[in-house]
Amino acid sequence: MNRFAYTRAGSVAEAVQALAGDPAARIIAGGTNLVDLMKYNVERPDRLIDITRLPLAAIEEHEGGLRIGALVPNSTVAYDARVTARYPLLASAILAGASPQLRNAASTGGNLLQRTRCYYFYDEGTPCNKRVPGSGCPAIAGVNRIHAILGTSDHCIATHPSDMCVALAALDATVRVEGPNGPRAIPFAEFHRLPGDEPQRDTTLAHGEIVLSVDLPDRDFSRHYTYLKLRDRLSYAFALVSVAAALEMDGETIRTARLALGGVAHKPWRNAQAERSLEGRTAGPETFRAAADLILAEAKPYAHNGFKIELARRAIVRGLAQAAAGTPQSQTDKRIR
Amino acid sequence: MLSESGTRDAGDRIAITLTINGQRRQLQVAPWTSLLDLLREDLDLTGTKKGCDHGQCGACTVIVDGRRVNACLALAVMKDGASVTTIEGLSTGALHPVQAAFVEHDAFQCGYCTPGQIMSAVALIEEGRARTREEIREYMSGNLCRCGAYTNIVDAVESVLNGSSARREAAE
Amino acid sequence: MATTNLHVGTAQSRLDGPAKVTGTAKYAAEFKAADLAYGVVVSSAITRGRISAIDAAAALAVPGVIQVFTHENRPRTAWLDYNYRDQVAPPGSPFRALHGPEISFGGQPVALVVAESFDLARHGASLIRVTYEEEVPNTDLAKNREAAYVPPKKRSGIKPPPDPRGDAEGALAAAPITLRHEYKQAVEHHNPMEPHATTVVWEGEGKLTIHDKIQGVNNTQGYVCSVFNLKPDDVRVISPYVGGAFGSGLRPQYQLFLAVSAALDLKRSVRVVLSRDQMFTLGYRPETIQTVALGADEDGRLQALLHEAVAGTSTFEDYQESVVNWSGLLYHCPNVTLGYKLAKLDTYTPADMRAPGAVTGVFALEVAMDELACATGIDPLELRLRNYAERDEGENKDFTSKALRACYAEGAARFGWARRTAEPRSMREGRELIGWGMATGVWEAFMMKSSARARLSIDGSLEVACSTADLGTGTYTILAQIGADALGVPIGRVRTQLGDTALPEAPLAGGSWTAASSGAAVELACRAVSEQLLAFARRIDESPLANADLAHVTFVDGEIRLASDPSVRVAVADAMHAGGVETVEATETAKPSLLTSLRYAAYTHSAVFAEVRIDEELGVVRVTRVVSAVAAGKILNLKTARSQILGGVVMGIGAALEEESMLDHNVGRFMNHNFGEYHVPVNADIHDIEVIFVDEHDDKVSPIGVKGLGEIGIVGTAAAIANAVHHATGKRIREIPITLDKIIA
Repeated sequence: MNRFAYTRAGSVAEAVQALAGDPAARIIAGGTNLVDLMKYNVERPDRLIDITRLPLAAIEEHEGGLRIGALVPNSTVAYDARVTARYPLLASAILAGASPQLRNAASTGGNLLQRTRCYYFYDEGTPCNKRVPGSGCPAIAGVNRIHAILGTSDHCIATHPSDMCVALAALDATVRVEGPNGPRAIPFAEFHRLPGDEPQRDTTLAHGEIVLSVDLPDRDFSRHYTYLKLRDRLSYAFALVSVAAALEMDGETIRTARLALGGVAHKPWRNAQAERSLEGRTAGPETFRAAADLILAEAKPYAHNGFKIELARRAIVRGLAQAAAGTPQSQTDKRIR
Repeated sequence: MLSESGTRDAGDRIAITLTINGQRRQLQVAPWTSLLDLLREDLDLTGTKKGCDHGQCGACTVIVDGRRVNACLALAVMKDGASVTTIEGLSTGALHPVQAAFVEHDAFQCGYCTPGQIMSAVALIEEGRARTREEIREYMSGNLCRCGAYTNIVDAVESVLNGSSARREAAE
Repeated sequence: MATTNLHVGTAQSRLDGPAKVTGTAKYAAEFKAADLAYGVVVSSAITRGRISAIDAAAALAVPGVIQVFTHENRPRTAWLDYNYRDQVAPPGSPFRALHGPEISFGGQPVALVVAESFDLARHGASLIRVTYEEEVPNTDLAKNREAAYVPPKKRSGIKPPPDPRGDAEGALAAAPITLRHEYKQAVEHHNPMEPHATTVVWEGEGKLTIHDKIQGVNNTQGYVCSVFNLKPDDVRVISPYVGGAFGSGLRPQYQLFLAVSAALDLKRSVRVVLSRDQMFTLGYRPETIQTVALGADEDGRLQALLHEAVAGTSTFEDYQESVVNWSGLLYHCPNVTLGYKLAKLDTYTPADMRAPGAVTGVFALEVAMDELACATGIDPLELRLRNYAERDEGENKDFTSKALRACYAEGAARFGWARRTAEPRSMREGRELIGWGMATGVWEAFMMKSSARARLSIDGSLEVACSTADLGTGTYTILAQIGADALGVPIGRVRTQLGDTALPEAPLAGGSWTAASSGAAVELACRAVSEQLLAFARRIDESPLANADLAHVTFVDGEIRLASDPSVRVAVADAMHAGGVETVEATETAKPSLLTSLRYAAYTHSAVFAEVRIDEELGVVRVTRVVSAVAAGKILNLKTARSQILGGVVMGIGAALEEESMLDHNVGRFMNHNFGEYHVPVNADIHDIEVIFVDEHDDKVSPIGVKGLGEIGIVGTAAAIANAVHHATGKRIREIPITLDKIIA
């Protein structure tokens, strides 16, 4: 771990100013990923700006929805009575991830900004375009079992590791940020980006901008939802494939559909065409499979992750079935419903 | 402007206050020192273990301001003002019921993950969300045990949960 | 002397329990020294090639960084390979850290940065710049299969495959039912929770006290004395607690070498702790590709068995384990051919990992047996009974004891095996397919030479001591139980001391031999104490035991009593008074019987039954039930013995479903080198496990009737699960781990 200066921000404005003025500064809150990366020398900030004492730790009513402050710990969100009643998909996705200890420490904003778990990104002994732009991507011809099948580029095939973000994508959340040019709101789908030829950039956040809150819209999908996560052990592992599904139903007919995938791309993956294909249709395997086919039509396998395409197809079908039936996946009972 | 927290000495150390196992302590820490390294190397509280140093094993679990966290991923300087309970602070004299249950149920072998398991179990019981064995398993899954004592760990935690619910019922 | 059985054979809580649950038990990295410096290892970025330059200037410029050791400035150590060979080294040239510029495996240590604090050393390590001349690494076992060779020099203690018996190929060709398949075991790393660590305390004038993560302190001491040309009197190794090892602590690891080098050079105390990712630069269970061919008649009686294995090793040592030998002894079969070869890879040398060889070989054999059961339509358990081996046909010896039939019977009864429907995919509940599978387990029962000391004090307290390690195995407790019963002392008054070279020498804690070996030594030492005590008691004027001999007395509750009439007795304290002593102490050495080992084959056995529930569509496998029925001779402590088996089963579940160190053959590195991506089982993975110890009397392996438990719990577990997966899904998966991609393929 490198040497760095440490400062505590007294206000959002101070944090923005400090960050904007120093390209090698980093914001720290929960630290569950940043400290991890610093120990591997992947992140080498020259200044850490501690924002944990800023007043961004509340969950508040906002325009019929909820505003979740950037500093609210993941576990607080997951167990908040308003969240569990109105956005159970979000609570479920959070509880599918990490461990109780990590969920207690990790912040909402930090969860959005956590970086990929690609082996090569973490290993200084190998090249990585995300870590050292232009150095190459050994994952493409290497061990890529956990890597992306959608939206990859010749420069990077990493995935975004968050569970929470998959639910936030499905819920059409908005990320409220503040930077040197003032505040702005970023629709969730535009917050994370695909690797393209700049895989070092995970998000559309400009340097100097900090996340203030995640705002959930007034549409709660509290009856027909699921978060279905598939991984290499039954807990405390990153998703190989995960599905966040949220539906509004008229009897057997799907009125509205939201579907996001985790573990398959550099960002939570949504496909508007697939969602539209579900709407107005009777819930059932045929309908679900057709949507899955639309999503996976452009999937591209690498040497070890081809299974993810079929796994994702089946997970989408099952996830939609769980959501339509109103039988969401339990995160403690490991039987898949 | 930004506050440079505390006062810096030549070694980039920052003054913080931590209440550790009930004892208030004024400490000088470097900003890059983790809470885990502070406990183990500077304060000789080696009961908190380093198994991975990356939040992937739970051996370093301590309770900070009432919540279980991985001490390896917490920078000590950021915990200024916090209250920290480690395995050394769990009991004075007689064993804590969770410690006693771990001995009784043989819920460990090599003992290295054990303090983390116990701190995690104490927090789990306090959180009050686990009732079934299935829930205990899930909420204890942030603590790896390579010796494979999991079934005994669940037995130990369950016995304390049942005991405390029995005590609560008796009190009501 | 008749001993009581107040403690031995009962369930006793661990004597080391209170220290472990309160966090006061000290592990290798937790000993203090006033002048302690911290070393952090810099690992190679390449797998094969040479270091062309190391620039340590930036690190050395950091205030508080004391020294950077590299191959260019390393302190002088012994010259010959011989000096680096530890107690269990395989043939070859042991790895020497910082020996030269050559790099022969990924993550090889290239520098040690020593500083005043851990933080500073870690920072310094991040500033070391190494440039390499890189060569293409060769790490793919499949590509090296053709070049595999029979190891020219055998590893001491590892039996090579026995000579062929009969004509296996001929019998296979003639057999009405045959099968031949390939089975693969992935690389697994031990990953004990405690990372490898050494604290060297500089005691002045060249004297060292070393706290090392090691499964036997004598191995560390011998290695350090030999490599650094020190006298045993100047090197004391104290390691009372070991945070798991599973074989990774049998051989001294490179952090020991580096810490001692630095301490001797700097003349101060040094601690070196490996990071979790560096734990993947140590030994591992090697990848092994196996072929098993079985030929049988229609009744399932084996006519031919061929089992060949090719395993990876390093370029510098021929690591060997018994992979195929089990196939020569587990079943009756007239025609058997076994083969074992190695292939050299640019990796570190593999290391013994819990039931080395047996986990791998028995997986292949026991899945093949399940395939034969399917091919013949015979119940898998019945098939094994039909082929039951009454003697070790591989070595042509009788067994010292073999209660495997009881394992099959009691395990099957407890599991409910009779309710299994034979057809794959025939059992289901809701969406999940249910599979029931079984397998046999086998492991060697060893006894090694061991010394131990017993010291009884006039206050009634007893100390038993030897140098071996308790890795979590329960050794502290079982040795106390043996001592307590031998000398009639309540267990609360017995203290066990372990893990110190100042104590009588015991073997490395490995091979499941510690209980048999050091337990026998403790019993001998206690017997010698009792002899002295009886001699003192007989000296008492008008002693009631004046004519008693040792065979006719018992030691109970601090008294020596005539077995036939317990009212005839002398208090131990009175005997000591009569002898004019306050303590009676004896050190004895127990040795295995050479004659027994020449005449008999000694093994523990098990029958493992597993239930899996599988969501076939999504590939999710849950191991919901395991019953492991074990025949291991006398069980000393029902509580810790059960835990040993539970732990083996859990690691077996990991091997079956999760554990795989994935090599990138382009760069030659294990890429998932952390606990986030190398998956060991978590609590949520583990459901009900039942352990049964069947009655087995064995008077040959060890004088105390013990056969050992550390390993048998893992053997066969992966096969039982793989067979259950087949029963559930009809899909035969011959490569472990069985990850979800293999289920949905």
